Amino acid sequence: MLQNQICYRTLHLPESWTLKAYESAGGYQVWRKILREQTPPEQIIAELKLSSLRGRGGAGFPTGLKWSFINRAAPGQKYVVCNSDEGEPGTFKDRSILLYNPHQMIEGMAIAGYVMGATVGYNYIRGEFVQPGARADAALKEAYAAGLLGNNILNSGFDFNLYNTMGAGAYICGEETALMDSLEGKKGLPRFKPPFPAAHGVYGCPTTINNTETFASVPVILEKGGQWHLEHGKPNNGGFKIFSVSGHVNKPGNYEIPLGTPFMELLELAGGMRDGKKLKAVIPGGSSAPVLPASMMQDITMDYDCLAKAGTMLGSGAVIIMDESTCMVKVLARISEFYAEESCGQCTPCREGTGWMERMLHRILAGQGQISDLDKLDQVAANIMGRTICALGDAAAMPVRSFIKHFRSEFAAYIPNAG
Amino acid sequence: MKSLTPEVCQEIDKLLAKYPANQRQSAVISSLMLVQNLNRGSLTTELMDLIADYIRMPKVAVYEVASFYSMFDLQPVGRHKICVCTNISCMLMGSEQVVDYLQDKLGITLGQTTPDRKFTLKSVECLAACGGAPMMQIGDHYYENLSRDKLDTILASLE
Repeated sequence: MLQNQICYRTLHLPESWTLKAYESAGGYQVWRKILREQTPPEQIIAELKLSSLRGRGGAGFPTGLKWSFINRAAPGQKYVVCNSDEGEPGTFKDRSILLYNPHQMIEGMAIAGYVMGATVGYNYIRGEFVQPGARADAALKEAYAAGLLGNNILNSGFDFNLYNTMGAGAYICGEETALMDSLEGKKGLPRFKPPFPAAHGVYGCPTTINNTETFASVPVILEKGGQWHLEHGKPNNGGFKIFSVSGHVNKPGNYEIPLGTPFMELLELAGGMRDGKKLKAVIPGGSSAPVLPASMMQDITMDYDCLAKAGTMLGSGAVIIMDESTCMVKVLARISEFYAEESCGQCTPCREGTGWMERMLHRILAGQGQISDLDKLDQVAANIMGRTICALGDAAAMPVRSFIKHFRSEFAAYIPNAG
Repeated sequence: MKSLTPEVCQEIDKLLAKYPANQRQSAVISSLMLVQNLNRGSLTTELMDLIADYIRMPKVAVYEVASFYSMFDLQPVGRHKICVCTNISCMLMGSEQVVDYLQDKLGITLGQTTPDRKFTLKSVECLAACGGAPMMQIGDHYYENLSRDKLDTILASLE
């Protein structure tokens, strides 16, 4: 199986994070060519559309389509923003991009700036990423010094100034509009949409925001062609994706593999189950994604459509593996604690509902639950879904509903006199 | 501190330069982090007010930011903030035992600081290093694949 073709293509090189290493792998060739030939932006967008690249942060929105929303010729300041606020539990792929191949993300952002006519970009990095942030800073410095960023880049007449900006600890800032508020120096509260960022983003200006992995995918796709990328995935699920595998496996880690790879092959790549234990359940796309029991995993391929059909989602590509020793009640209680902690408090259903679910689950875990709590939990979750400004409400509700659906008897076993 | 030192002002000016001239507030998070790091890891009302004045934003807006983000501490902390991830992947790999061991060893519970002000122990949410679970952050560093032996070595290495 082809591995590490896109974002991790430099990983085998010594000091892979340096400009020298990146350029030895063909880095910045696409950027130079675009500036030299003044490639029409429409051509770049068409190539991305053909590639079937979808947003790698979790939402899976087609990147080419997103990039077509902002007209290069439109007057006024426009911005490109990279979402490096990686925080979806189970996800650790963007941290590795920042640490080991930051230049590729920079090249992707610069290309985005060229396509949209945005002369300023911000890479919003979560505050805890001190070392990855330092690598990203060093890479920016190198890129500026080499004349690949700044004003009148390589005498092309195009300006692109890119800055790193740090957060300070808040899961909600991974939500794109909360990130923009945070970038503006406020609490990270998600904004109503519409207006969408393409019309009203950072400082009220048209903004294109993508995930780190998405930006880092662009240079390779443009180098090898959209068709090449598409062919390595499945239709509508083009290309490669990084899966962050964690939990009860022998070799947890990041695996950049073709979309559509059978789950069992990914599990094998990750060294199989630890201590020879049996697989019990998998959260395939970060803690917000509905859980699937082992019995469903045999037929799963790791792509957007197959996982959606199974009632869950690819999300950020964080695959959390749980073996037979795992207590599902405990896991769900911890997940619910997380969403209650991270709810920004703006919308009543989420603010109240996440706390309510967490308290009920801890009550059940303490052996003080009632059998009616199980339906009540599902009801509370159902009442949060679709009734909040951002997706955190749904993200808190989906695990609750899926855990109870698939592992109801395990929850009932915690309840005294439940029969 | 009655006023920000010229060195700190210079650093904040560098942060401000990243953003449009009429968007000074954008630098508030990094400015607060800068002064927190210089103030043994926590913020005071005095410091927040100084930042508010320098950035020219309402004091209450600075307090809002400082209380919203988890990395800001509004109470004094120990020299080393031990932030143990207890989220799902780390929990599956034994973060509870890590917390128990640290609590026993340091004689404090989560959220507390040792009497000698050397360590503060915290439970934090996912830090995006789940491949090395269980893990924790102390200062700028991530420590992964924790075991009792490893925890002993790490604690002993900290001044």
